[in-house]
Amino acid sequence: MYHAIVFLPLVGFLIAGLFGRFIGARPSELITTGLMMVAALLSWVAFISVGFGSGATRVQVANWFTSGELVIDWAFRIDTLTAVMLVVVNSVSALVHLYSMGYMHEDPHRPRFFAYLSLFTFAMLMLVTSDNLVQMFFGWEGVGLASYLLIGFWYEKPSANAAAMKAFIVNRVGDFGFALGIFLVFVLFGTTTYSEIFAKIGEVKDAHFHFIGFEWHALTLACLLLFMGAMGKSAQFLLHTWLPDAMEGPTPVSALIHAATMVTAGVFMVARLSPLFDAAPAALTVVTIIGAITAFFAATVGLVQNDIKRVIAYSTCSQLGYMFVALGVGAYGAAVFHLFTHAFFKALLFLGAGSVIHAMHHEQDMRNMGGLRKYIPFTWAMMLVGTLALTGFPFTAGYFSKDAIIEAAFMSDRPGHAIAFVSTLVAAFMTSFYSWRLAFMTFEQTARWGAGHGHDAHGDAAHGDAGHGHAAHADTHAHDEHAAHGHDDHHGHGHDHKPHESPLVMLVPLGVLAFGAIFAGMIFAGSFVGHHAADFWKGALAESQYAVFEAMHHAPKWVVWSPFVAMVLGWALAWVMYIRKPYLPGELAASQPIAYRFLLNKWYFDELYDFLFVRPAKRLGYFLWKRGDGTVIDGMGPDGISARVVDVTRGVVRLQTGYVYHYAFVMLIGVAALVSWYLIVGAGAH
Amino acid sequence: MNTFMASSFGPALPEIILAIGVLVLVLVGAFMGNRSNWIIGTASFALLAAALLAVGLTPPTRTTIFAGSFISDDFARYMKALVLLGSAAAIALSSDFMEREGFARFEYPILILLSTIGMMMMISANDLIALYLGLELQSLAAYVIAAIHRDNVRSSEAGLKYFVLGALSSGMLLYGASLVYGFTGTVSFPGIASSLQGEASIGLILGLVFLSAGVAFKLAAAPFHMWTPDVYEGAPTPVTAFFASAPKAAAMAMAVRLFIGGFPSITESWQQIIVFVSILSMVIGAFAAIGQTNVKRLMAYSSIGNVGYALIGLATGTQAGVQGIIIYMAIYLAMTLGTFALIIGMRRGNQYVETIADLSGAAQTHPWRAFCLAMMMFSLAGIPPLAGFFSKFYIFAAAIQTGQMMLVVLAVIGVLTSVVGAFYYIRVVKIMYFDEPKPGFEKLPDGAQAVLIACSVVVVFFWLIPSPLVDSAAHAARSLFH
Repeated sequence: MYHAIVFLPLVGFLIAGLFGRFIGARPSELITTGLMMVAALLSWVAFISVGFGSGATRVQVANWFTSGELVIDWAFRIDTLTAVMLVVVNSVSALVHLYSMGYMHEDPHRPRFFAYLSLFTFAMLMLVTSDNLVQMFFGWEGVGLASYLLIGFWYEKPSANAAAMKAFIVNRVGDFGFALGIFLVFVLFGTTTYSEIFAKIGEVKDAHFHFIGFEWHALTLACLLLFMGAMGKSAQFLLHTWLPDAMEGPTPVSALIHAATMVTAGVFMVARLSPLFDAAPAALTVVTIIGAITAFFAATVGLVQNDIKRVIAYSTCSQLGYMFVALGVGAYGAAVFHLFTHAFFKALLFLGAGSVIHAMHHEQDMRNMGGLRKYIPFTWAMMLVGTLALTGFPFTAGYFSKDAIIEAAFMSDRPGHAIAFVSTLVAAFMTSFYSWRLAFMTFEQTARWGAGHGHDAHGDAAHGDAGHGHAAHADTHAHDEHAAHGHDDHHGHGHDHKPHESPLVMLVPLGVLAFGAIFAGMIFAGSFVGHHAADFWKGALAESQYAVFEAMHHAPKWVVWSPFVAMVLGWALAWVMYIRKPYLPGELAASQPIAYRFLLNKWYFDELYDFLFVRPAKRLGYFLWKRGDGTVIDGMGPDGISARVVDVTRGVVRLQTGYVYHYAFVMLIGVAALVSWYLIVGAGAH
Repeated sequence: MNTFMASSFGPALPEIILAIGVLVLVLVGAFMGNRSNWIIGTASFALLAAALLAVGLTPPTRTTIFAGSFISDDFARYMKALVLLGSAAAIALSSDFMEREGFARFEYPILILLSTIGMMMMISANDLIALYLGLELQSLAAYVIAAIHRDNVRSSEAGLKYFVLGALSSGMLLYGASLVYGFTGTVSFPGIASSLQGEASIGLILGLVFLSAGVAFKLAAAPFHMWTPDVYEGAPTPVTAFFASAPKAAAMAMAVRLFIGGFPSITESWQQIIVFVSILSMVIGAFAAIGQTNVKRLMAYSSIGNVGYALIGLATGTQAGVQGIIIYMAIYLAMTLGTFALIIGMRRGNQYVETIADLSGAAQTHPWRAFCLAMMMFSLAGIPPLAGFFSKFYIFAAAIQTGQMMLVVLAVIGVLTSVVGAFYYIRVVKIMYFDEPKPGFEKLPDGAQAVLIACSVVVVFFWLIPSPLVDSAAHAARSLFH
């Protein structure tokens, strides 16, 4: 069964990828989607049997390589954590495959798109089923590759290519740390297999390691390096810059990769290695702080963004911060729980946003929406469910998981928990505000997409948006129009082009995800973080978490109520600003221009990195190219040698004058040289 | 009489056959004039074949006649066979050319035969006087052949230059020979060898330097190579083919016999001369060729470079080195004659063209010829598995086996210059295969075709059955180190 779960997407990828152009787009879609459906159903079977039975096992597939003491296997480590991830990955992937059949309907490159989706799913499954760090790294890089390919799927768009490269390069920074972490783990433990690592933690707990001039607590260093990889993949503060740009990819990709699954790989990794992190409290503190900062920072940026996908992207970033907070304070199960519920409602929000974009003829700017509830009621309802779940409305999925994290942050006794509590609480308020702002701007208010809003009208002027966004958006529109509405190049959003509800194939996934967004928390809270947690996890996560869970249940009443209050306040503020007094946001922005611009420009991180890293790197590259390669290597190497050869040739050829006496002279010089040589060194000297 | 022949002149039978035959042919030509061209041409082939047969029948044992002036051994037999084949190929290449160019003369094959006798004398010379006789017989015939196209100013100029410079080199050689005689008291190689026990005097070394200069001139080794490009370019193409082939083998055999047979105990002394000449030849051969646009000039520099490689084998002074030289010269002959067979085929619009650019796009107009030339060029560049790779391999291996620092460096220089050389060889291939095609050439003459096929087979398939050549070369080399 596990073979089927993991390899069916690979089969789909190979069929669609290799033969897609022969079998056509439709069969490619059906095959990949069908295989994913099967894998998703099998994942639920696995989840039930492992989580609520005793199905934990290890499946050896093959020996990958052996080098000295380093033995790496292809193997599946099946436990509750894996099972949860299998469910998340395969369910969302299957739904996104299905949804894409509608969303990408007009795209000429559908086989390639579905092949990439399946490739991504396979790589993600390799990651979550990995039995050792090297296999995880394989999956880790595989999903990075798929992410790169899918962000840059519309490769004619320069902005998409730039975003794809940015995602790949920023992830290299994290992966560098991850790789070093794996090396260090191997040095310390002599193995990369989880079970063997965990068994040996006691032995190396107090080991020290000499690195860049300092004595480090070895486990802390290893965990920090590994966490660096997690920061990159999960877009945590400092390495988050790629995630918003990744929205250049098609919306289903954003839902699958950049919301529900791949970006949670970092969370999964820390959870998977929770026994290791448990033994490195200092590293966990770093995890807490970074998570808290990300949760707060991303929420602030989300407050003012106008692109519907970017709002959700920053929301994702923020929610990932929540998960790391949970990990940092030792509530590993709560992190995975939030990962689980978040996958449903964030995928729902993204696919809903995709449905809105689809309805608006690939318009993504919320300032050009409004009043859509009447036109796309089903999408509205689904988005409403997603928003409620995200903001933590009582008894939706987010309510259980997010409140668990906030309570855990409060009740934990680990360093940094107080900061984490405050920042997650404030972030909850902001989450509520920007989520409702999105909902109101999109579905309520008056329609702003009527006559006079041709596509050409909103170029740079209409976008008071972040500096980089301009060109990108203009391109997006131009392209999408070609892709989706090639029959009518010049149509605007005129009266005869009313927003339309999406086809059924796109609405069904929304419905399924909405079901999950409502009930996933209710059904599974007891197992993930409640009284049955020990029975559920069965040792898949560090045992210390149960104490935290126990403490959570004794949290003070005000703590339990605080997220709810934050949510209500956020809703109320959004209602006031966008329904009651819609002129307020503009006035506020005008009165606080510095703060507004600071947030709108995402704390100027892109500009800062551009100044600190990109430009110096480009200058260095230019220097090495022109001076290093051009002048030194080519000059001394190929070019220089060939130039010298030509010089020598010219000299030798010039000797050949054609005059006999010159020739005779050369002969005599030759003899004279030889004679002189022997006279100088002496005949006998040899 | 029979016993006399068998016992005394038997080893010289090939030379005797050729000499008598040449005299007869001269008479025939004198009486019949240019009408006898085809008779003399055919008879020349017959004579060369008979001489080859006689060489084959000569006993492999080491025998000397004419009071020790003339020696016959395996080495001589091998090299003579090579020279005879080369001469035959040169005649075959010329058959059509002379008539088309309007200077078909009966003297031409006769002069080639005379030159061949001289070469065979050089190979078998066992003292300085016999050596000089053979050398002059070969050279005098060659001067005339170079200028055989009397109406052509380039041909005449080539002959004259060759003659003047050849005279100078002969003078040096004689001067050197007299010095050697003066310091050893004998002209016979074994006599010189036995008189040289211990250190060589500076006078003897000077004699050796002058001797070497004369030999190097014949080999066209730098810095005594200056005549080569001009003569190769000016002389009619079949003549150039002849100069580039058989005389080189003969001169190389003479050099080997002279240095290894005459001065074996002072190898370290003359080694330095050879190394100097070898390095200079390889470098000039490699670098100067890059600047050439004329195919024949290109081949002139190529031959200079190739002599440099072969001299590495001589510089070792070992049996392996001599074996390397023998293999090298055999394969070199095949590559050179094959290439010239193709150059002779470069006739377009009733005239012969000889610039490299004329070959452009030949792969489309003449795929087979272009392929053969490409094989020749790759082989000359030393690319496996073609024969040219193995010839260089044996030479370099012999140098490295000695373990002498100087020779290892020499081999390294050889490898480096062959890298430079590869450039201009492969550029020819590039021009044939990747440039815009020009109008096609005329049909290849039968003689050239036959030579081309034979040479191509040797070059392309040598690696399949190398043993006949390699084993007999080993025998030949062993006969020098008895």
